Amino acid sequence: MLNYTFHWHQAFRALPEMLWGALVTIEVAVLSMVLGTALAVLLAVGRMSSNRIGYGAATAWIETARNTPALFQIYMAHFGLGSLGIHLSPWWALLAGITFNNAGYLAESFRGALRAIPPTQTRAARSLGMGPLRAFWSVVMPQMFRISFPPMTNQMVWAILMTSLGLTVGLASDLAGVTQELNVRTFRTFEFFAMAAVLYYLIAKAVMLGARLAAWRLFRY
Amino acid sequence: MFQTALTLNDLWFLAKGAGITLAITAIAVLFGTVLGAVFGAIKAQASALATAPLTFVLDVLRSVPLLIQLILANAFQSIAGLGWSPFTVACVILSLYTSAYCAEIVRGGIEAVPGVTRRAARSLGMTWAQDMANVTLPMALRVALPGWIGLTLGVMKDTALVLWLGIIELLRSSQILVTRLQEPLFILALTGAIYFLISFPIARLGGRLEQRWREND
Repeated sequence: MLNYTFHWHQAFRALPEMLWGALVTIEVAVLSMVLGTALAVLLAVGRMSSNRIGYGAATAWIETARNTPALFQIYMAHFGLGSLGIHLSPWWALLAGITFNNAGYLAESFRGALRAIPPTQTRAARSLGMGPLRAFWSVVMPQMFRISFPPMTNQMVWAILMTSLGLTVGLASDLAGVTQELNVRTFRTFEFFAMAAVLYYLIAKAVMLGARLAAWRLFRY
Repeated sequence: MFQTALTLNDLWFLAKGAGITLAITAIAVLFGTVLGAVFGAIKAQASALATAPLTFVLDVLRSVPLLIQLILANAFQSIAGLGWSPFTVACVILSLYTSAYCAEIVRGGIEAVPGVTRRAARSLGMTWAQDMANVTLPMALRVALPGWIGLTLGVMKDTALVLWLGIIELLRSSQILVTRLQEPLFILALTGAIYFLISFPIARLGGRLEQRWREND
């Protein structure tokens, strides 16, 4: 059946190059998560507000992000925006697509978390003399992050996995892109992508472990 | 701006792509659910030590990007000389991928049934199979169904990745049209609208079911 000689040493020799790619993967994922979280807070507030425009815009964003493929969103950032004269490089298109996606999914988790926080919390904060923004920032938001910590961890893993889609818009610097470059040069598809799969698995596990440690440190009271 | 070279034939081409998307989704969800139900039941029943290998494999399926899995499987089938078509590779990988998520949903559903309820069923003289069929699964189904609907929609969206293997599904057919007509924004927006039309009503149904069933708890 296997009339094929595996050349693992080639893959091992390329390991440093792939590790640099992994760094770009982590960079894009972390940036998309930070930006996505900031946007998601605004979207969640918009979704719960009585302001028609705010509600409409937030709903449109969230439903589009959740009901179309992430790859479509990246294509839209890369090819679609070009028609409007906005030309994003693959790196920026990938970041924009994943951030858009993250923001939509996180906004829904945040909305659920905000619903779970008793309104008396806000009222108590306001009675202490805090302004509405201050009450949200110092009292409601920390509780919101605490409740939605597990879904945020999941979304971070998703962000890592989604960065591999940069390959399809021609990004050559992230882990998947570097692997594809090596593959095109050597045609050792299986060896290189198996190596990439192991690295992705390790990154995902590291994120889960890091989140567990952070939760243990942050939420021990 | 509102002129387009898109013809009815092109729309038909997109619809055929959507058909392939739905076909792969249906196959993957069908096999993935059957496999996932078996894996989930095993994980809910057997000890953690005995299921460690299964847990590891399912974990790998969820921690490695789907695109990488598809490329690896495609490379492996040509190494092994299986001679599978890209469509078969896509269906096999997506089924396994679906089963990994489905196993978690099924396990969660079974574990949500209180132990006393199951013991009560067994005390009434039911066998394990009777308890499963008549007591545990009907209750687990209510817990698991919203998650399963979400999973089905997730798989539908993830089928877009099979375009890398050269399968002309919805997103790939839109790319072909873009290359020919040079109207990326309009055609991509149309494609997004098709995905949205497939996904949104089912997502709403899932959300409503979840809400209605929670009220009865």
